[in-house]
Amino acid sequence: MRRFELAVPQKIEECLAVLAQRGPDARVVAGGTDLLPQLKNHLLKPACVIDLSGLADLRVLERDSGRGFRIGAAVTARALEQHAGIRAAYPALAESAALVGSVQIRNLATLGGNMCNAAPSADMAPPLMALEAEAVIAGPRGRRRVPVTEFFVGVHRTVLAPDELLLEFTVPAPVPRGGGSYLRHTPRRELDIAVVGVASEVVLTDGVCGTARIALAAVAPTPVRATAAEQALVGQPLTPAAIERASELAVQAARPIDDQRGSAEFRRHLVRVLTRRTLTRALQRASGGS
Amino acid sequence: MRKHALGCTVNDEPVEVLVQPYDTLLDALREELRLTGPKEGCGTGDCGACTVHLDGKPVASCLVLAMQARGRAVRTIEGLAKSGDLHPLQDAFVRHGVPQCGFCIPGVLMAAAAVLADHPRPTEAQIRYGIAGNLCRCTGYTKMITAIAEAAAAAPAARS
Repeated sequence: MRRFELAVPQKIEECLAVLAQRGPDARVVAGGTDLLPQLKNHLLKPACVIDLSGLADLRVLERDSGRGFRIGAAVTARALEQHAGIRAAYPALAESAALVGSVQIRNLATLGGNMCNAAPSADMAPPLMALEAEAVIAGPRGRRRVPVTEFFVGVHRTVLAPDELLLEFTVPAPVPRGGGSYLRHTPRRELDIAVVGVASEVVLTDGVCGTARIALAAVAPTPVRATAAEQALVGQPLTPAAIERASELAVQAARPIDDQRGSAEFRRHLVRVLTRRTLTRALQRASGGS
Repeated sequence: MRKHALGCTVNDEPVEVLVQPYDTLLDALREELRLTGPKEGCGTGDCGACTVHLDGKPVASCLVLAMQARGRAVRTIEGLAKSGDLHPLQDAFVRHGVPQCGFCIPGVLMAAAAVLADHPRPTEAQIRYGIAGNLCRCTGYTKMITAIAEAAAAAPAARS
């Protein structure tokens, strides 16, 4: 592995001080499952690595005052997959966490790491976007909140400045008569990267769709919301025909590329299929099914 | 580069070793502590040969910086058996002739031990899910699954 210095702050303020001093030359490490392969392959060459494992605040996982959840940036995928409260409140998020890597990876990989690595295919990004979560970010000028839909700015690029640290996400309280689902397509069932991933959240109001949110992974430089599809559903009964029409519209949000995982055409097809399936599943859950 | 003092427990023994800031936990176990059961296969978390337990949970030790284990409990394949007897999983692996080349086996056993900790009576699907992060290029998966299921069935119903 390439050589670097290691900082092991025990408080967020200490971490911010190191970032302020070393920012552009430093990288933080939480689970390490994205960072260490990039260090070993010399894709990143930081002079300083800052270990976040001493920062207990980043592992908060609890209900907030509004009955939503605070999820620390260093909460692992495995913790989200297994947490009864998360599974009940945000099944799409729990489903996406369960798809990351293997057990050995999920015990290390963190929600914040998945978001900050900012791969277009990040599995946990679409559920957080569809849930309209917010990122809480600390920096030299205090804290700021950024909607997750505005968190990504490009492939492997986020709104975080070099002297900032992602602390946690806040996820709004689950809504009665709401439901969500995340599905992805991969050639292998385990240890693979999404060819396409789709998260859908719907809320039923007086028998029709009150809110619909759909987010797509691996079809654009960043995970994206499919707003035209969402708007087409609002106020409509969630019939198979309405869901099919929204699934067609979701394709408009996709700007996929051809690569070794799949052609652009195949990805557009997958957006249609997975949007239909996740909306159908979200509707079942909103209607009281599991 | 300034070395760091890593203090943790390994297989229930407190240890303190000097590590480089860029050493992985796998490096420290193999090179400093001479615990060569955990193997480096891919070095990128894909193969599971380096699986150890960190605070009781299976992790890819090639992706953990050594210093991230400070103050934590590490268990390697060398610490799976208690008091000289083979662990029931090891015993079942021997009886079923699971190891072929053997390179993956320490990692598979640690992953399997974690499956049994979560699911004392695992279904075949739970076993497969639990060892999905372990590659065996001799492709001995069928016997692994049989041996893990048998070890689980032979254990007392109440597992600590």
